Amino acid sequence: MLIEARDISVDLQGVEVLSHVTMGLTEGEIVTILGPNGSGKSTLLRALLGIVPVKSGTVARAPGLQLGYVPQRLAVDASLPMTVRRFLSLPKRVTDADSAAALVRVGLDDIGGRQMAGLSGGQFQRVLLARALLSRPQLLVLDEPTQGLDQPGEAAFYRLIAEVRRDTGAGVLMVSHDLHVVMAASDRVICLNHHICCEGTPRVVSNAPEYRALFGLGTQGALALYQHHHDHSHEGHGHEGHHHGHDHA
Amino acid sequence: MRGITTDMTMLDDFLTRAALAGVGLSLATGPLGSFVVWRKMAYFGDATSHAAILGVALALAFDLPVGLGTLAVALLMAFTVATLAARGWAMDTTLGVLAHSALAIGLVAVSFVHGARTDLSSYLFGDILAVTRSDLGFIWCGSALVLALLIWRWQQLLTATLNADLAFASGVNPDHERLILTLALAVVVAVALKVVGALLIAAMLIIPAAAARALSRTPEAMAALAVLFGVGASLVGLGLSLWQDTPAGPSIVAAAAGIFALSAVFGRVLRH
Repeated sequence: MLIEARDISVDLQGVEVLSHVTMGLTEGEIVTILGPNGSGKSTLLRALLGIVPVKSGTVARAPGLQLGYVPQRLAVDASLPMTVRRFLSLPKRVTDADSAAALVRVGLDDIGGRQMAGLSGGQFQRVLLARALLSRPQLLVLDEPTQGLDQPGEAAFYRLIAEVRRDTGAGVLMVSHDLHVVMAASDRVICLNHHICCEGTPRVVSNAPEYRALFGLGTQGALALYQHHHDHSHEGHGHEGHHHGHDHA
Repeated sequence: MRGITTDMTMLDDFLTRAALAGVGLSLATGPLGSFVVWRKMAYFGDATSHAAILGVALALAFDLPVGLGTLAVALLMAFTVATLAARGWAMDTTLGVLAHSALAIGLVAVSFVHGARTDLSSYLFGDILAVTRSDLGFIWCGSALVLALLIWRWQQLLTATLNADLAFASGVNPDHERLILTLALAVVVAVALKVVGALLIAAMLIIPAAAARALSRTPEAMAALAVLFGVGASLVGLGLSLWQDTPAGPSIVAAAAGIFALSAVFGRVLRH
């Protein structure tokens, strides 16, 4: 096991966001946490990383685990001048050769001199991935890494993740809200709505009644997610308050 | 002849001290001011520097060194603000309340201290031409301390400034880095009081850094250029203060504003 959560519960501002979650990830495995907005996906990642404390349960990491993290959203303030090359050297300085190689690895050449604030969404996410790869991680953690990318961009990004796993043997833990996009890239999917609803291979999960209950019946694709009906019971998890801010008209 | 020579030496001496004070202060305000700009801490700087007046009042009342009183109260204010921010208080309003209350209470407190009223303007607006040898020692020690602290933590501070979660996942605790900036800010406030005065310390942090932004491509370049602009503003302001007998602090900040305007225009031209 690279990283493991045993029966963890997490409260945020007095509301239980995660309830008795047990999950783990081994070397070379790609695991995707799937769930609607406000289901506690990011909180689970943050608990695994130690950013938010757990109320009960334990998080265990392999000793000396090298971790690469790609955050959900990173806004580089306009007041902060930052070239791509400089960004790759944070917080550990890397050599020019290493930074160039990492950029090539994610499919970006000759971009080191560009300002971070001037990159497109797809370029930005790839630079974040390149930075994470520079620490030679045994475990890559990505929080909705394709937010703001179009469908082809998303598919290309997940292909890249699969390549990275193949080349480096790193375990990959991702958060997504769309099973269909991550299906090809994931070995295992964990369906989360404050607790683990179901888990297994993408195919097993997509046919599981819990998954269908969570993400809607009949409809296919991303649209299902935003119209999900809570017709299976989650008593006592206090998730009524989560928002559905997306507008897919 | 003898009289004139003595006068010249004295002139040299206090001018040199004043110039050295400006240079010393700029070494710290350049990089720290850059973080103030990047992290949008402008009002935070205001609250801390306005609290310095209260520190002056307390120091005079208890017959302590002014630098010590200022440092203590600035530290107290900086940590209060940092704690409230961490607890999720509405910072815009909270800082507005704290900054102005600290200034008002400080001014009221100073009025109770016998004889301090006459010096008040030097604490509000700075008195760079009256910097003594020991003032100079205090300014350079404080600035060197802040500069060393920032250089030592530079990589971690930058990472934490970019994104707290990213920092945490890379083994950098963003709360520790915030603490370091808070501490540095309090020291700079104590150091800058004599040079630009409590009212304009925040300006000395923000304006040179903002001027440097337009011409920089990396954080290091911006910090270094902010030092250069701070030195330039200090020297020009000092000259203005000397020849036109204008208040030192406002003269220095006015010079910095001039540099900002030039850099904004130049930066625009450069990009086109």
